[in-house]
Amino acid sequence: MAYLFNTSEDVHEMLSVIGASSIDSLFDCIPPEARFEGELKIPAALSEIELTRRMEQLASRNQGVGQAVCFLGGGAYDHFIPAVVDALASRGEFYTSYTPYQPEVSQGNLQVMFEYETLICQLTGMDVSNASLYDGASATIEAVLLAMASRPKCSRVVVASSLHPEYRQVLETYLQWTRFELVTVDCPDGNVPLAEWQESLDESVGCVVLSQPNFFGVIEDLTPHAEAAKASGAVVVAVCDMISLGMFASPAQWGADIVVGEGQALGNPLQFGGPYLGIMACREAFVRRMPGRIAGQTEDRQGQRCWVLTLQTREQHIRRDRATSNICTNQGLFALRAAIYLALQGPQGLRETAEQCAWKMHYLETQLAGNERFEVRFHGSSWREIVVRDRQQDVPGVLAHCQQHGMLAGLDLGRWYPEFADCFMIAVTEKRTRAELDQLLQLLVSSSHPTEVAHA
Amino acid sequence: MRNTQATQLLFELGKPGRRANRLPECDVPAPDLASLYPRVSLRSEPLGLPELGEGDVVRHFTNLSTLNMSVDTHFYPLGSCTMKYNPKRNERLASLPGIVDLHPLQPDDTVQGMLELLYEVQTYFAEISGLPAVSLQPAAGAHGELTALMAAAAYFRDRGEARTKVLVPDSAHGTNPASATMVGFQAVTIRSRPDGSVDMEDLRSKADDQTAVFMITNPSTLGLFEKQIHEITTLVHEVGGLIYLDGANMNAILGISRPGDFGADMMHYNPHKTFSGPHGGGGPGAGPICVRDFLEPYLPVPRVAKHGQTYSLESDHPRSIGRVRSFNGNIGVLVRAYCYIRAYGARGMKEVSQHAVLNANYLLARLKHVLPIPNGDRCMHEFVASASRLKKEKGVTAMDIAKRLLDFGFHAPTVYFPLTVPEAMMIEPTETESKETMDAFVVALETILAEPAENLHHAPSSTAIVRPDEVKAARQPVMRWTAST
Repeated sequence: MAYLFNTSEDVHEMLSVIGASSIDSLFDCIPPEARFEGELKIPAALSEIELTRRMEQLASRNQGVGQAVCFLGGGAYDHFIPAVVDALASRGEFYTSYTPYQPEVSQGNLQVMFEYETLICQLTGMDVSNASLYDGASATIEAVLLAMASRPKCSRVVVASSLHPEYRQVLETYLQWTRFELVTVDCPDGNVPLAEWQESLDESVGCVVLSQPNFFGVIEDLTPHAEAAKASGAVVVAVCDMISLGMFASPAQWGADIVVGEGQALGNPLQFGGPYLGIMACREAFVRRMPGRIAGQTEDRQGQRCWVLTLQTREQHIRRDRATSNICTNQGLFALRAAIYLALQGPQGLRETAEQCAWKMHYLETQLAGNERFEVRFHGSSWREIVVRDRQQDVPGVLAHCQQHGMLAGLDLGRWYPEFADCFMIAVTEKRTRAELDQLLQLLVSSSHPTEVAHA
Repeated sequence: MRNTQATQLLFELGKPGRRANRLPECDVPAPDLASLYPRVSLRSEPLGLPELGEGDVVRHFTNLSTLNMSVDTHFYPLGSCTMKYNPKRNERLASLPGIVDLHPLQPDDTVQGMLELLYEVQTYFAEISGLPAVSLQPAAGAHGELTALMAAAAYFRDRGEARTKVLVPDSAHGTNPASATMVGFQAVTIRSRPDGSVDMEDLRSKADDQTAVFMITNPSTLGLFEKQIHEITTLVHEVGGLIYLDGANMNAILGISRPGDFGADMMHYNPHKTFSGPHGGGGPGAGPICVRDFLEPYLPVPRVAKHGQTYSLESDHPRSIGRVRSFNGNIGVLVRAYCYIRAYGARGMKEVSQHAVLNANYLLARLKHVLPIPNGDRCMHEFVASASRLKKEKGVTAMDIAKRLLDFGFHAPTVYFPLTVPEAMMIEPTETESKETMDAFVVALETILAEPAENLHHAPSSTAIVRPDEVKAARQPVMRWTAST
């Protein structure tokens, strides 16, 4: 059988040491009414050759971003992953190891966690980072719960509609079981309107969530928004893109108290949505309630510098129902990949990556100016993503047309925003070339006359 | 020979001007960024990341990897964590183009192969659990617990029942009570009897019309099948409550006993345990859940559906609790679970559990003469030994034994869990260890237990560091590198 190593001789010897007549007799402790007597309806075992064939067959029915040109974003991005990331992260000593509960034999993982935490602090300007959570959305709800725990008299959480819609859905799911109310400030122009934002704030608001760039790809000056929130006593949670921090000011600079984000773009594959990397960092004041694992520095018996998991008393395995969160695992392997990615990039590499996104986006924006059919929807400062409006209101048709030509051209915004059903969102990473951008523009133009292209 | 650069931090190795990575020349015009963005939004100070060459990075992380124990290098008898062999083929297949490079928001017609895979693995999960409705979305076991408890809460809310309590045995994983609290329930502890089974009297006195859910781990964290399972589920169902099965120990009963058949209404799997997804130094895992028909409407969205020969992701479920994370779930882990299940097939599934239980009982039989095992002569996939007698007689603790085992080239068992056994050492060999490995482990333990207590107090002696000061780490926390550290 696939990965079982006992020979029949082994089985015989082992049973005699146990004093059992058969393997089946070892299950006598299961009462008859709890026994499953049939055979599972699962296909017969496949050899490696057969399984490989089956997986290749399934894979061939998907159009990966290695085949199609990917302009999809919306919280998951087709950034380049250097070969070194895969080579190092695929070392069995990393990916087949366990949570570092025995620090003496886990110094590799613990040091990586400590380095990862430091890298995230450097990017975000925060004092402390944990060693990762599930993904950007769950990190956001954990940040909200952390913030609200520090404001026990407050009951409201204020977010903008430009926060990732799926993150908002997750907030709703979790908050419906608490006494907290979620208030959403509408962003009809793609920016968080300051007056409405200020109006939504009062002493009942324990925390606000601001994203930079926001879901529409817009970079805003959020300083006044953060200041207003603080003036009303609320904790400021920032949802940030880590690549963008290569060129944009850290969220600490514009007033964030807790920073969260999706770390997929830092050297992690798209893999259809997961596993991803939930990033969370905060100011020192929140550290004793911060969920998740943290690696800290200490000394061993000989006075050598070393690393351990620390502040574990916050966690479920000690505090049980009084833990700050139920989260037990982290995304160790993906935090490792992020650390390797950031080590390879360095400040200059990350800056250039962020800049190329900016310039390529700007190129697209410029080329669209004056287009008869398409216009840029929001007048702000887009970075890696841009919202485009189809004056002819046929977004599905446009996207289908591009798809026929091997381009995943964008996301239909109507999926989340009925008011923007005539819009789609294009993401441009450093991987996209001018030729691909030109081809996309050409396809957009020709989608007004699809039959001509089809015959071309 | 140890490389002394290994333990330097990335930040200490860096040098201004060094670079690993270069991008292609930007092939579009590159205007001044200050003309494109509000100046206040741009970074004014240089970003404080280390500057390294590619060789520095490769050597650094490679050296760090050698400071870890792992399943690829060592036996990991870590009870409850199920550290089995992680097949290499699964890693390769999960990395195929067309599998690893799919964007989560691609149109359904461009990901039919992936959706078919997910639909199939969903049916396997349902079949193995005996519970028909599946959500692949939860990102970890604890996240599955939370999701299922939300579904239960929504179910009771729909029925107009305001149930407030979730019952949790004292031997359960700490995530159980923590998850219950997050959904607004009060976690109520149910005592275990000395033999590790649920104290039925305590359960009877606490199960009432306020009980929403009883969370049970079966086989238990002691590695025992709960013999009173029928009475327990009947009692909880009679008061109108639901049974949640913590699936952490499913490795013991694949194809042998199905939670849905023995009365569970909901459960989660830990695919990184049962279906051999690598643990990755602490994650990622995944936490798919299976529930009974009447709970299906409450599962989170999106869900994988099949209509004719076409697969789709569906979000139009009005009674759903909503979404519990972004996108579609920890797909990469589920792909490995799919490969694992297909590599074994129906009969193989059962053999996995048979050999897991055989190995655990063999180890138990050989160890019981040197280390007391309070809960009897037989176990399922794991068992809990106790060092409490040794502690009394020689002053040797479970932690001392754990640390000394590291010197013999074995990872330590889980210690001090479950909380119900003093000086607990929870041992789980899994089905992928050979008799020779287990024999060597027994010899190591016998040798250790015959050593003077001093040796154990000073252990380990062969590792890079020895008994780090955890109190100092917590009292004077240093959680990031700074130039002055």
